[in-house]
Amino acid sequence: MNAPAPSILNALSPSDIEDVAERRAVLAEIDASCRNTLLLLFGASLTWLLLGTVFALIASWKMHAPEFLADISWLTFGRVRPFHLNAMVFGFSTQAGIGVTLWLMCRLCRTPLLYGWIVDLAGLFWNLGVAVGLVGILAGHSTGLEWLEIPPYATPLLFVSYALIGMWGILTFRFRRERHLYVSQWYLLASLFWFPGIYSAAQILLIMQPVRGTVQAAVNWWFAHNVLGLWFTPIGLASIYYFIPKVIGKPVYNYSLSVLGFWSLALFYNWNGMHHLVGGPMPAWLITVSIVASVMMTIPVVTVGLNHHLTMWGNFKKLKDSPVLRFMVFGGMSYTVTSLHGVLLALRSVSEVTHFTHSTIAHAHQGMYAFFTMVMFGAMYYIIPRLLKVEWPSAHVIRVHFWCAAIGIMFYLVPLTLGGVLQGLAMNNPDVPFLDPHKYSVVTMTLPYLRMRSYSGFLLAIGHTAFAINFIWILARWVKTLRLPQLATPAPSL
Amino acid sequence: MNYGPLLFLGFFLTVASSWCGLVLLPQIQFGRQQAVKIEETGEIYPQARSGLAEQGRQIYRANGCLYCHTQQVRAQNYGADIARNWGQRRTVSRDYLYDHPVMLGTMRTGPDLTNIGLRQSDTSWHLLHLYNPRITSPGSIMPPFRFLFAKRKAGERPSPDALKFPSGFAPASGYEIVPNAEARTLVQYLLSLKANAPLPETK
Repeated sequence: MNAPAPSILNALSPSDIEDVAERRAVLAEIDASCRNTLLLLFGASLTWLLLGTVFALIASWKMHAPEFLADISWLTFGRVRPFHLNAMVFGFSTQAGIGVTLWLMCRLCRTPLLYGWIVDLAGLFWNLGVAVGLVGILAGHSTGLEWLEIPPYATPLLFVSYALIGMWGILTFRFRRERHLYVSQWYLLASLFWFPGIYSAAQILLIMQPVRGTVQAAVNWWFAHNVLGLWFTPIGLASIYYFIPKVIGKPVYNYSLSVLGFWSLALFYNWNGMHHLVGGPMPAWLITVSIVASVMMTIPVVTVGLNHHLTMWGNFKKLKDSPVLRFMVFGGMSYTVTSLHGVLLALRSVSEVTHFTHSTIAHAHQGMYAFFTMVMFGAMYYIIPRLLKVEWPSAHVIRVHFWCAAIGIMFYLVPLTLGGVLQGLAMNNPDVPFLDPHKYSVVTMTLPYLRMRSYSGFLLAIGHTAFAINFIWILARWVKTLRLPQLATPAPSL
Repeated sequence: MNYGPLLFLGFFLTVASSWCGLVLLPQIQFGRQQAVKIEETGEIYPQARSGLAEQGRQIYRANGCLYCHTQQVRAQNYGADIARNWGQRRTVSRDYLYDHPVMLGTMRTGPDLTNIGLRQSDTSWHLLHLYNPRITSPGSIMPPFRFLFAKRKAGERPSPDALKFPSGFAPASGYEIVPNAEARTLVQYLLSLKANAPLPETK
């Protein structure tokens, strides 16, 4: 079928199906086909989220209380920290992202998830791989490469299960019933294709046939930045592009802006990685290329930001009623802020101060949490009730989740960003001692900010617990409706 | 933008471009760098590490030291690395030829360690510092690595390897603290960290 003008409404509400009841039936069939798979992926990702939060708290507490849990080798700071990162990145974020991707793909292609049990199997392997990898990190088998710490004996599991899942996403696309492509699909297809590409390139060049010397650092940061830029960011943006128009019932503001935003991201984001090595033992041209690309990121960020903002324009009062919208808009605004902040941090003059400080850690959480995680929360709040045909049991608990997450992450970001800048200024001033318990020194001046970070972590933990409670609660309600099928569905008319 | 194959071509070309630029080009430019003979001293630099130091490197990796310590010295006019005496010159890619994985680090919760072997060459200082950083460096927030040491009942003759504590930090009388193989190799690695050879490209 040839879609007429690139109408975005078209993809959101299929014009080829005139009858509302029939349209509902198609969507219900899709949601039913995704149900078990998505419950598995979301349930497992929430488990990793909680575990990752516990390890985040342990790591954060150790930063200002070094004797805390110090005598257990498995829980030394240098193992707990990569455990936290990998649990969040591969256990929670990737898995939640895959769940949302599959659902969006099915909905936008108007195709049920075919042979869902294969994805279930892949999901089980994925979790097994993450679990083996994380235990390996605690046992001291980390590869020592940031964002790639999972030991080589666990990565084949991850790779095989991802290959299945990615193939499923693309197969769903292949068998689509809706020929018109919506902007979210560009992002999702791209990320499904990019992630295995960068992951296998990094595994080959760093673990199997390692390149020599500092080329490893180049490969490492090419990969690590692309995990954000070519995997999480596209999934996050695809979700915002879908859910904001969906919830407010209005098409995306401008199609050309969507095209420009997508292709400029595809062009520039993957060249950004070397800004993690500013001042490092690398040729200047390599770093400069990445700084230029980082500055160019202004184009996709401003374009997408404008497009989302103008879509929302006039509908901000709906934030009061829709928790999904609240999470989405928080995430979308964070994307703009974090990306523009990232442009600044890439500049040589700024990086000279902030590079080796807690400011960088804050920036990473700004992207991964304030943007991506919040968007994933919002998407799950939308998807799960539709899978189960049960409403969220408690709006109050959702509010607790949102406000703890929103206030918690702000309370994390603001002091730590500021503290990091002060730390960098102190570090670059040779008159300030590096460590002196009685004077203003680089190490001791960071302590108040590190403590504040720990406290913010407790707020985030409360939010995550609230989400978990609501998730278990809605599952329990769903199980109840299954037990009473006669009462839940009206008697068929004969 | 409704034509799948064209989209995929675009996805492929964009990511392939940065792979060529940020991975392949560096590999061509400095991926096959070799050690050189230093004119002033006549020695070949860099040298592969001794077996013990290499084992210690694995302890450094396993315990995630890189999350708080960098191993890179920035140039004279960029930051205060040289003014802080973390190195006499900036580091260059040749300094890392034999490192796998390269652990440049991205965070300086603690000081840079590129030249720690030059700054602090005393084995017993390192052992005490690993056992409890606050003995040698009051105010430090580094975690103690007591799990790399054994606490033993001191026999009639104390072990020659036992740590010698300053007053106030000694274990209960009758006990002594002896470093495990891991602690000893880790210190060998730390002592091996020096990037001070006057390479031609650093002049």
